[in-house]
Amino acid sequence: MKQNIKPYGDTINDGIIQLSFTLPVEFGAKAKKAAELYVLKLNFDQVSVAHAEKIADDFTYFVVFAKAKPVLDYSTVVASEVKTVEMDFYQINDLIRKEFNRKISVVGATIGADAHTVGIDAIMNMKGYNQDYGLERYPEMNALNMGAQVTCEDLLKEALDKKADALLVSQTVTQKDAHIRNFTELIELLEAENLRSHFLLLAGGPRVTHDLAIELGYDAGFGPGTVPSRVASFIVTTLLKGRK
Amino acid sequence: MATIPLDQNQIERVKAIALEIAESVQEYIVNYSSDSVERTVLRLYGVDGVNEDGTPLPNRVVEKAREAGILEHGISPWFAKAMLISGRDEQVTAELLEQDQVDFSFDKNVTPADIHQKEGELANKAMEVLKATNSAKREKREKTPLPPNPWRYIIVATGNIYEDRTQAKSAVFSGADIIAVIRSTAQSLLDYVPYGPTTEGFGGTYATQANFRIMRDALDEAGLEQGRYIRLVNYSSGLCMAEIAACAAFEDLDMLLNDSMYGILFRDINMKRTFIDQYLSRLICAHADIIINTGEDNYLTTSDAVEAAHTVTASQLINEAMALKAGLPARLMGLGHAFEINPKIENAFLYELAHAQLARQLFPDAPLKYMPPTKYKSTDIFHAHCLDTMFNLASVTTDQGIHLAGILTEANHTPLMQDRFQSLGNINYVFNVAKDLGDEIEFKQDGFIAKRAQTVLDETEAFLNRIREKGLMESITEGGFAGISRPIDGGKGHGGVFAKSSDYSNPVMQLLENNNPNK
Ligand code: B12
Repeated sequence: MKQNIKPYGDTINDGIIQLSFTLPVEFGAKAKKAAELYVLKLNFDQVSVAHAEKIADDFTYFVVFAKAKPVLDYSTVVASEVKTVEMDFYQINDLIRKEFNRKISVVGATIGADAHTVGIDAIMNMKGYNQDYGLERYPEMNALNMGAQVTCEDLLKEALDKKADALLVSQTVTQKDAHIRNFTELIELLEAENLRSHFLLLAGGPRVTHDLAIELGYDAGFGPGTVPSRVASFIVTTLLKGRK
Repeated sequence: MATIPLDQNQIERVKAIALEIAESVQEYIVNYSSDSVERTVLRLYGVDGVNEDGTPLPNRVVEKAREAGILEHGISPWFAKAMLISGRDEQVTAELLEQDQVDFSFDKNVTPADIHQKEGELANKAMEVLKATNSAKREKREKTPLPPNPWRYIIVATGNIYEDRTQAKSAVFSGADIIAVIRSTAQSLLDYVPYGPTTEGFGGTYATQANFRIMRDALDEAGLEQGRYIRLVNYSSGLCMAEIAACAAFEDLDMLLNDSMYGILFRDINMKRTFIDQYLSRLICAHADIIINTGEDNYLTTSDAVEAAHTVTASQLINEAMALKAGLPARLMGLGHAFEINPKIENAFLYELAHAQLARQLFPDAPLKYMPPTKYKSTDIFHAHCLDTMFNLASVTTDQGIHLAGILTEANHTPLMQDRFQSLGNINYVFNVAKDLGDEIEFKQDGFIAKRAQTVLDETEAFLNRIREKGLMESITEGGFAGISRPIDGGKGHGGVFAKSSDYSNPVMQLLENNNPNK
């Protein structure tokens, strides 16, 4: 069934959106008019330039309210997220004990020049994140966190060495698509070595979505707010599925 | 200003322990040098430029000396000798060395006395250059009055120095007193200083001497328009601490990020290398009137800001002690700390006030560098803006020195022009409406804030005592700071550290040590 939607202000389908932006023109009546005309070009209606101010020579800043015209049929929207059973620390360890009869091995790293470790630490280190223990704490897992600025080659070497079931890759810096390049480099390395199917591949970071991860050839993607038990549950249940 | 009652004896005690810790590191430093220290000597002597492959000549000359097995004596006498042989100036001599037209073994009856004299000339000339930048800056600053505390510090980070220039000028228009050009990702791991103007960087813009100059000129121009002197900041952490300090001095920079431990902890740079390099870099800062900014705020990105508050204070004390060893006066010590407590904690603001006030009272004459919330910034920019408002209030109330502007889009991207405008608007507003708040209030004698400050000071003392017992290098090995552990002989740049031979010569370093302009 069709379900047309528009942004909501205080009346359904009023389409109200707030915008703020800068135009590279000197402040004045003409600048304000330019802002209004520009927003009209974006397919808005009833444009109200609420605020305009000089922020540098030849630059003017605006706050604008306007009503959006297009509608979107919500029933046509598809987005994926990692689907996994909600399990806690104890349930996951029990499941591994029962089904695998061995420890699950995972190796994680922030690859490339990226020096951000807090995200991968949150998932892997003992302490965990948001009162949810990290993978190193799982008695049925061998978890190795290699830290940041790890090369793809080193990650792969360690993964083979530790007979990893899953690789956890973190990327925070996204400027100039650095994360895409790094994520892709790892995939290319694995494919060149014919090892892609050896590991479950998990991508994570503040700008990572499941859709993006899948597109890049990973098995799953995890974004902001991810807790370790979700990741552990995904790894274990996916490995199980793969066996059956 | 409102103060917390602190025991002056305890303050003296912690400072004395920190000094002891710094001294034991110093004992180590004096016996060693590093590739980058030697490259700095060449830069101070006037060597610049790159070869055909884009490798800086200071690197090439030091590599050649290393290959010839003579580096342990210091580059200075060998370079002086090469100049005597070539009969040309510093730059051309370096080029000739690079092209193998002159080499270190070739000897045309150059006597040790000649070499000694040439070294003296080169070193004295270098000192004159540092003196000149010092007075040039003083002159500029005197023309326009110092802004009141806290100074408004904001970053530009487009990756393109020319775009940075536009962004910086707009920030000055919105009220910035200090502009920092953030460096490109991972520049700190480069074992050379890139060359020339650059337009491609990731997460920031390369620190090059040419870029320094472009921004210096832009800020001088913007400052004249606005009637204030605008301070320029860059980074001298990493594998090239002292070299960048030299380049910064040449181009009249006012501040440098320069921490005695940041590189070790956050960039996995070898600790010996870092301690050796920071010393020379700080000697240069002391002579060129450059305020150092230390990086304690970073600890709180990996450690909890309440649990680890004492590590910040301890590190400030160690940074202060090492800065004193390098001849920096308090007014050039931008000791760092941050407003990074989880905003979900009840009374988080009271903790923040306690920490900020403690720093203020421990270092009354230092322009404290206060870092805004970053870790708990939300991608909801409106909420993030609220956090910054509270930060601004804490800063003006406790009279901080160098106020790093919090940016509402911190969790989203490097700042856009309009983000800076919002940020500075917030600061201008709070600094104005609460200008004298700190003079009007009193901290309750046994209130939450006073007690919290005392607790942090007690924890600091205990922590420093443990470091003194073990030694600083061992404490870092055990993960004492930021929960990060680094091996003494591991990390990047270790290969560039070497023991000085008994006849090691480095006259410019001696002059820097013996002629402190701040005494
Ligand atoms: C802390 C921090 C730092 C610290 C990092 C310390 C460390 N050891 O990690 C320091 C100070 C060193 C730093 C440096 C830099 N930083 Co920084 N930093 C931040 C900051 C403030 C917080 C990031 C953070 O720790 N978040 C908390 C964690 C828990 O969240 P998370 O990473 O999203 O992780 C969660 C999920 O994403 C997921 N997850 C993450 N990884 C993975 C992996 C897997 C497998 C899974 C399953 C899940 C998962 O789980 C986690 C828990 O839920 C952000 C700003 C912000 N508020 O976001 C900037 C920020 C990320 N940094 C930024 C930049 C530009 C830099 C520098 C490049 C600056 C420079 N020019 O030098 C350098 C990086 C140098 C380099 N080589 O990378 C930019 C990035 C812009 C962009 N999008 O490209 C930001 C957004 C700041 C900004 N506005 O400019 N930074």
